[in-house]
Parts: sequence; structure tokens; C-alpha cells
Amino acid sequence: MKVGVVVFPGSNCDRDMYHVLTDVFNLDAQYYWHEKSLPKNIDAVILPGGFSYGDRLRAGVIAAHSPIIKDVQKMAKKGIPVLGVCNGFQILVESGLLPGVLLKNESLNFMCEWTNLIVENNKTPFTNQFKLNQKIPIPIANGEGRYYVDDKTLKELKKKNQIVFRYDEVVNGSSNRIAGVCNEDGNVVGMMPHPERAVESEINPIDNKPSSLIFESLLSKMGVSN
Amino acid sequence: MATYNVHVTIENKPGISDPEGETILNDLVLKGTHKTVSKIKTAKMLKFTIKEKDKKTAESKIKEICDDLRIYNPMVSKVTIDVFDA
Repeated sequence: MKVGVVVFPGSNCDRDMYHVLTDVFNLDAQYYWHEKSLPKNIDAVILPGGFSYGDRLRAGVIAAHSPIIKDVQKMAKKGIPVLGVCNGFQILVESGLLPGVLLKNESLNFMCEWTNLIVENNKTPFTNQFKLNQKIPIPIANGEGRYYVDDKTLKELKKKNQIVFRYDEVVNGSSNRIAGVCNEDGNVVGMMPHPERAVESEINPIDNKPSSLIFESLLSKMGVSN
Repeated sequence: MATYNVHVTIENKPGISDPEGETILNDLVLKGTHKTVSKIKTAKMLKFTIKEKDKKTAESKIKEICDDLRIYNPMVSKVTIDVFDA
């Protein structure tokens, strides 16, 4: 199974993601520079965290115009699983692949802490191994992580089961405590917390198993045993 | 063709919270003696210099750029475009 990790100027979680995909889950991962195209035989695409273009203008907006995004959009349309983490989520939102927008945290602080997520949709390629409402201890690290949608869009998201993760408690002022959403088809998922920083027991002081299920869900979707 | 300076101001739409503006108001201005201030909103300004045949064209061209390239996010922000002779 081939997984593409897209690298933008300013990505800084690409190597953590690559390490987890290859060393922890034995996947065939490849980096793809944002100016290149994605090969047609790719099985999943991950947009990692970081500060693409130094968050200039607005987090994710400049990277959303990178040439590779056209390929990501094509693959998303074909139903290929796409995951955006943190800055990757911001890029997915700014490129129109996911609804909503990510604003500065209400505290205006860069927040680097452990949070608890609640799984709200366990039908996506990244959540199919979870029980509904399962709790995931997972770190966040962002300055612009406050997910916002207007009331009309929020109703639509609820109706179409597009809210994938919510924070267990108020963290940054996100609408409806949303931490992650998916597109209508469910194959494109964006989340602010960092699963790649939580799947190994050596760096997760709480419980690494729930975060691992995000990657195990992808393996299960692809019919691959770890 | 003439040269114009175009100021694009991006600010949150009414109803979208602006914690930075609120902090400047509540924790700086109103803590001093300036009690007559009732609101502060932060905004980002981009200053373009553009060559176009007239002011109107300069304004519509900048509006097109802002919309096409998502210089502002229409869900939460609005833009004001002011054109000046350079």
C-alpha cells in the first residue's frame, strides 16, 4: 500500500508522519514535494502539519494554491483516503476540500497540550476501527486551530455526519468543540490534533492505542494487516 | 496606463469574534483614561501597487485577485478596497 506524504515549504511534521507510516505501520510511504504531481497508483495521501509558507496571509492559504493540490483534489474525488493534520487540515479547508475555516485560538496563544477527542463518526477511512464516542488522548500544537463554521453549515455538517472528532471540553473556542471534519463522501478527513505524535508508547504518557487506531483504520480500509 | 496604490483591508465579519481587538480594548485602552472608546477591531491591510487604465479598472482587478486567490476567507472575513493615485 502506497501512501504519499506531501511536503510544502515549511512543513515540519512530514518526517514524524513518514516515520510512523513506515517504522510503526510498515507502510510504503513516499514524500512528494508540493511542486510535483502525485502518481496515479497512490492509495492514500497525507498532508502533514507545520507552517507552510510561514503561515503568511493565513495558515494554509498559500499552500492551497500549490500545483500538487490539483492532484489531491482529483484523488479526493475518486474516493482515495486523504488526511490533513494540523496545517494539513488548514490547507484542505483553504483548498475547498473541507468546509469551514480555522481561526486564531480564542486565547490568541499557541497551544501545545494534551487534549481528549471524542469520535463522532466511525465510518471514515481513518476512524473505522473506533467505537462511537471513544476517547482519544492526543496532543494539539497550533496557533490557528479554532474551527469555525456558520450555523447553517454546522447544521449541514451534523445532518451529513461530517463531524469526525470533537474535543471533550472547550479547548480553543471551536464551533461545537469541533476538532476534525470530513467531506460529504467521508474519504477526506482533516483534524487539528497530531496522531503521529501519539501512536508510540515511548512518547505518549497516557495511552497510545486510541491514536494508533487512526492508522489501523486506514490499514483496515485498504485490507492490509499490520 | 496609470499607477495606483490600492489598500485592501481584511477584517472579520460582524459576529465573528476578534479576540485581539477585544484584548486591546479591554486590557489596554479602557484600563487607561480613554473611557470614550467603545470598540476596537483588528484588521490586516495589504497595499498593492498596480498599473491600470483607470481607477475603476484598478479596483475591479484587485477585487478579482482577492476573490480568485482567496486573499480573504469569505466565510469569516470581508474586504474593503480603497484606490489612491500613486
